[in-house]
Amino acid sequence: MASSTTESSRILHEIETLKSAKSDLERRISALESQLHGLNHPHNNGVCIASSTSPSAFPHGLSPDMIYRYSRHLLLPSFGVQGQLRLSKSSILVVGAGGLGSPALLYLAASGVGRLGIVDHDVVELNNMHRQIIHTEAYIGRSKVESAAATCRLINSTVEIVEHKEALRTSNALEIFSKYDIIVDATDNAPSRYMISDCCVVLGKPLVSGAALGLEGQLTVYNYNGGPCYRCLFPTPPPTTACQRCADSGVLGVVPGIIGCLQALEAIKVSSAVGEPLSGRMLLFDALAARIRIVKIRGRSLQCEVCGENSKFKAAQFQEFDYEKFTQSPLSTSPLRLKLLEPNSRISTKEYGDRLRNGESHVLVDVRPEHHFKIVALPNSLNIPLASLDGRLEEVVSALKEEEHKQSSESSGADVQLYVVCRRGNDSQRAVKYLQEKGFPSAKDIIGGLEGWAHEVDPTFPSY
Amino acid sequence: MKGEEDGFGFADRSGGEKVEQLVQIKALFFARARDLTGINDVLLEVPSGSTTKDCLDKIVANFPRLEEILGCVVLALNEDYTTESTIVKDKDELAIIPPISGG
Ligand SMILES: [Zn+2]
Repeated sequence: MASSTTESSRILHEIETLKSAKSDLERRISALESQLHGLNHPHNNGVCIASSTSPSAFPHGLSPDMIYRYSRHLLLPSFGVQGQLRLSKSSILVVGAGGLGSPALLYLAASGVGRLGIVDHDVVELNNMHRQIIHTEAYIGRSKVESAAATCRLINSTVEIVEHKEALRTSNALEIFSKYDIIVDATDNAPSRYMISDCCVVLGKPLVSGAALGLEGQLTVYNYNGGPCYRCLFPTPPPTTACQRCADSGVLGVVPGIIGCLQALEAIKVSSAVGEPLSGRMLLFDALAARIRIVKIRGRSLQCEVCGENSKFKAAQFQEFDYEKFTQSPLSTSPLRLKLLEPNSRISTKEYGDRLRNGESHVLVDVRPEHHFKIVALPNSLNIPLASLDGRLEEVVSALKEEEHKQSSESSGADVQLYVVCRRGNDSQRAVKYLQEKGFPSAKDIIGGLEGWAHEVDPTFPSY
Repeated sequence: MKGEEDGFGFADRSGGEKVEQLVQIKALFFARARDLTGINDVLLEVPSGSTTKDCLDKIVANFPRLEEILGCVVLALNEDYTTESTIVKDKDELAIIPPISGG
């Protein structure tokens, strides 16, 4: 008895295993058949199907391939055939193929938008890779637009991908935007955000705007169905000190990823006319607290310079407008290069390298924040962050004294020099200015900072 | 009796005869406002009948560095749109939201 029970359970088990293998094979066969069908009927767009099924069997215009590819969309009662059809007939422009644009483009391509445009003028860099997930290592040093377009085409060859390999300016924005139904702002700077919003108002296009920095993200749909524009909310640009960039403040890669995904979602909702787009509301994402808040924001402002009642802001005014001047910050992502000091208060990285080799007696103060100093620093540098410099002048004094003491024992004679370094050579100038006022008249900054050092003196010195 | 209440350090909100009633609100800081204050939120007490503007003034008095961004923020009271003249109530949450530009 016992042995026959064991035998029957073994047989049952084998039947289950074979059935599962059979259904796997059937799935693979049907996938291959559909692939073969696609090869034999490229780009038929559902118009001419050579089979027993007549074209009139699909009055909605979705081809068999589209039905299969987007079946999970079609199965959604609230999205369905109509949602997919609207999406496939819509065109969406994503400005910026970076941290926000990467996931937005991936999802928009995958979901079957009819035409997808990408604007960017940058090249892919190694320090983009942790968040700009549309790019692969093979594209480092090459155009972001080319890289993003290649990935989109690999994901969905049926979507028309348009490459705009240029910086967005007032001179080309109207022409580019006018070819699309919806604009997605995935840029990384204040002047671009004003320019994109204004251009959307002039052309009457809805704008899906996302932003991310550090561990926070923001998302809103502007200029949609009588809702506010960016300027209704922020008529005065933020002070330049508040215009932070990921390159300066850092950003956790997945944060723009989440906001970019939500931008794709809002763009899909607007284009397929499904659901309630995030207009008149702003989503605030706080990664550290794992919290998403949605706050109601003001409606369209009647006094808005651009979209208000009596606004005279039209295409001509847009083309004349100086967004860099308005926001006091550059449209390009190139970092700021200040010139606060006289040439005799500065030395080049090469010169500093020579003095270091010659054993010149000096103190090097690194004024970067402490967490920067921990990433990498020059040997024997003293870290006093710019923000705490005024309270820590004593440390500079004692470091100079110590150096003087060493020198007098070696009896070489010259004064102990005081140099200041930072990441790019802006804060070091601010620090030198301050030090000169506080009784260190010979303080000098190292031009171009550690970035310059890596560039001009020591190529093995890490950049970040 | 009165002395005893004062000894506890807070006003008796149910006893209506107080000279000046206080309401407690929570200010929430986002983005740049977090950097400038170094904190995510703060509780503050203002006289009953105070407006959003009064609260902002008190917040800036405590965190003067916030001054630089106040020209460019979205304000929300209990996650709803608000103006500077809105009267705040006890337990209200006032969010100060500067725009983020990064991406
Ligand atoms: Zn407006």
